[in-house]
Amino acid sequence: MNVLRLFEKKKIEEAGKDIPNFKAGDTLKVHTKIKEGKNERIQIYEGVCIARKNNGMGSTFTVRKISFNEGVERIFPLYSPNIEKIEKVRIGKVRRAKLYYMRVLRGRKARIVEDIAKAQKERNEAKK
Amino acid sequence: MRCGLIAKKIGMTRVFDENAQEVPVTLLKVENCCVATVRQADKDGYDAVCLTAGVQKAERLNKPQRAVIEKANLTAPQKMYEFRVSPDCVVPVGSELSVSHFVKDQLVDATAVTQGKGFAGGMKRWNFGGLRATHGISLSHRSIGSTGQQGMSKVFKGKKMPGQMGAKQMTIQNLVVHDMDVEQGLLMIKGAVPGHKNSWIRLKDAVKKPLSKDVPMPAGLKAAAQVKEVAKEAAAQEEAGAQE
Repeated sequence: MNVLRLFEKKKIEEAGKDIPNFKAGDTLKVHTKIKEGKNERIQIYEGVCIARKNNGMGSTFTVRKISFNEGVERIFPLYSPNIEKIEKVRIGKVRRAKLYYMRVLRGRKARIVEDIAKAQKERNEAKK
Repeated sequence: MRCGLIAKKIGMTRVFDENAQEVPVTLLKVENCCVATVRQADKDGYDAVCLTAGVQKAERLNKPQRAVIEKANLTAPQKMYEFRVSPDCVVPVGSELSVSHFVKDQLVDATAVTQGKGFAGGMKRWNFGGLRATHGISLSHRSIGSTGQQGMSKVFKGKKMPGQMGAKQMTIQNLVVHDMDVEQGLLMIKGAVPGHKNSWIRLKDAVKKPLSKDVPMPAGLKAAAQVKEVAKEAAAQEEAGAQE
């Protein structure tokens, strides 16, 4: 492994994040830390993950939701200290790694079918 | 004026600072950075130290270089550069410099040979606008246009024209040392540094900004850093003992 990879691996280990195994199409709840003056609180942003970019410390994921009839997308750095927790709410069944086509779809067409079999499998594994 | 460091460019990545902000950093590795020879004003006419960098087979060096390395009892280096120093900052021959030569948040100047772009046209090399896409322009959409005026019968010296771009020495001033890993010999410099990956970068204290008071004088030596760490550990152990 080259020096850069080793460095990033070390930094990722130092960050000590417990990141669930999610991919594009899954519905996520992202718990983000928000600073207001001296106080810190947690805000939950819920939406569909439409892309994951794997790039070591620079890895990000994009979460899209419809807020007051307006499409909103947020790109989160995967290893950001500002992310308290990532919660996987629902597993989607999709055929693509990047769901940018969701941007032009609205309403019924913007649905993603739940992957029930996979959800069941993961639940069983969690039980074990 | 202290000497600098020679480092190898590893590549760019990003880290998070204490405010959870992303910081783009360039990783530089310092390896086998030792003093090979010292130039003295009374003998050579100027004060300088010659530093080594990298490791390679001794037979790949030429004879005069090998003589210098053998005299200083060092590992054969890949690169050697001289750094001008003031007489009080001369480092003894054979001592190895560490990344602790610089301190956190210090400003440094980075010198290296930039990435070569080859023979580039006016649009890429000088940000010229080029000619129009339509209205009768044919075969010269990326041309530089006029190079002078009527009646002068000449082109002024220094006129910006197509030519070799990059692959020449450049210094970027006032880069911030974001962090360092003394054990691994890694420096994290905020932002970009000239040169391609695996190229040799010369780092010096910023010439246009006052020097931080915390920097080691005359230089941050590897042995000294180790001694310091050992002392720290001993102090920590003593503290632990006292607490018990």
